[in-house]
Amino acid sequence: MNRMRLLSPTAILGYGFPVESFQEGMSHRPDVIGVDAGSTDPGPYYLGQGKPFVDERAVMRDLALLIPAAKTAGIPLIIGTAGGSGARPHVEVCLSQVERVAWRLGLRLEVAVIHADVPAAEVRRALEANRITPLSFVPELTPATVEQCGHIVAQMGMEPIMAALSAGPDLVLAGRCYDPAVFAGPAVLHGFDPGLSLHLGKILECAAIAAAPGSGRDCVLGTLEPGCFSVTTLSDNRRFTVQSVAAHTMYEKSHPYLLPGPGGILDLSMVHFTQLDERSVQVQGSEFRAGRATVKIEGAQRVGYRTFSLCGIRDRTMLGMLEEVFATLRAAVADNFGPEDYLLTFRVYGRDGVMGPLEPQPQVQGHEVGLVIDVVAPSQEQAAAVCGFVRSTALHLGYPGRISTAGNLAFPFSPSDVDAGPVYEFAVYHIMEIDDPLALFPITFLTLGEGYTPATAGDAR
Amino acid sequence: MSTAGLPPSTETTATAKPLVPLTTLAAVIRSKNSGPFELTLDVFFRSESIYQRAKARQIISAALIAGLYGVPPESVLDVVYFDAAAAVKVTLARPVSSGSPRDTDVYGAQQHMPLADALVPWEVAANEANAVA
Repeated sequence: MNRMRLLSPTAILGYGFPVESFQEGMSHRPDVIGVDAGSTDPGPYYLGQGKPFVDERAVMRDLALLIPAAKTAGIPLIIGTAGGSGARPHVEVCLSQVERVAWRLGLRLEVAVIHADVPAAEVRRALEANRITPLSFVPELTPATVEQCGHIVAQMGMEPIMAALSAGPDLVLAGRCYDPAVFAGPAVLHGFDPGLSLHLGKILECAAIAAAPGSGRDCVLGTLEPGCFSVTTLSDNRRFTVQSVAAHTMYEKSHPYLLPGPGGILDLSMVHFTQLDERSVQVQGSEFRAGRATVKIEGAQRVGYRTFSLCGIRDRTMLGMLEEVFATLRAAVADNFGPEDYLLTFRVYGRDGVMGPLEPQPQVQGHEVGLVIDVVAPSQEQAAAVCGFVRSTALHLGYPGRISTAGNLAFPFSPSDVDAGPVYEFAVYHIMEIDDPLALFPITFLTLGEGYTPATAGDAR
Repeated sequence: MSTAGLPPSTETTATAKPLVPLTTLAAVIRSKNSGPFELTLDVFFRSESIYQRAKARQIISAALIAGLYGVPPESVLDVVYFDAAAAVKVTLARPVSSGSPRDTDVYGAQQHMPLADALVPWEVAANEANAVA
């Protein structure tokens, strides 16, 4: 293959795309459609709890366009980090969505499913063998932490996707995946340079976010040739510029031009961008330097349950003595509940609610603030008890110079307190040495459709 | 406007360089997580010539960032100038990991203003005045 075209319809499966730009993309006869379905950006809850962060209705809408288009064109559709975090429950949710779309459209689909879960025992063995190292600013991993993480996933590289594609499926549904791999996998399988393929994959996995103006819900097309690749937009109101593509190269990364990934490092220090036409940019010079076989592993640990109360303060006297008020409230909680195991945080919007300890101007400068009384405790009941107590005490607290003796807080909602459920934190974000880039990622092949009725077909929308 | 770590612009003397807001030199100043434990700041300069001067003078440094954000210098992992994008990237430790109980900004997308408000030393040669204006 001398030239390969790769279509990226959307930044995240379920973020959507205009049908016109998708049809424009399909008219270029792409060789593959790739979609990244995940991210750690929305925080640890989704991995820890095994829940998707994109609404099912939105995912089904995208799948209902992508699956028949790929099937009709006879090209594979590759979905990476299925279900948002790519652990087994996420992959199963996405597979169920695929099943329902295929059933509704009467399509027979050959599907390759690649799981990315790492059993706790495997992580413990790697830990004992000194094969796990933390990334910058990440705490050392302990066996106890490994036990407390419900799901630990590894980011697969290109190899499992290449192996799955070799069987010729209609759809590859991959668990946790290095984002660029859904595009780099098929490209390298067809003999293209891994450096160019990974760099193109890094741009395509965010779809039109790398264009100007940026958008997470528009299609873009990548074209690989020997020695270079190009990216082009598929909507008239959007273009790739040298600046937008160069800027995207740095997006969300620790280092602007050295991008470590599974099995090596993408070195963009010699990269060169050229404006090809009004909306296309050509890229040369991206290099992949193979290193040790490693994967990044991720896991989230439950640290408690949250109840919060949202309110506002308008009284000028109280705004001048918030810290004294908070200290009084903390003492009252301790007096009432004893030294219980809870974390009480007063989040003051209009002071340092956004930046916390990094805020250089932690003073109230406006005429009102928003206050979030935030309690995390070992159980939902404890969190609700402490939050409710702080809220009621704060409402009627007397303080020096008080003129508003009927109440201190303005609540926009009834009920005023919200149980927000379990709270997680990332506890595993480490590099694990491996022997075989395929071994952690079992591939299973399924046939959907033709006489097959999904268990959840009645829910098909 | 934050001037942390820098002398006020009104005290410019014959030996001190004039200070200009970073926003006069850079069109995009943004923050985002780079993974759940790091915050990364990107500054895209307004022109290649401004970028080259900024890089030559290292106007954005680990010491400047540590001062602006009130963190120890060892919290600043890296400051890297990237010619292909006429940009500089700064990566620092998050105060707490993304989405953990004390976090204030899960995506890290609103941590850029101390840098955007920074005043940086900048002498403009006559032939470059237009580029900066």
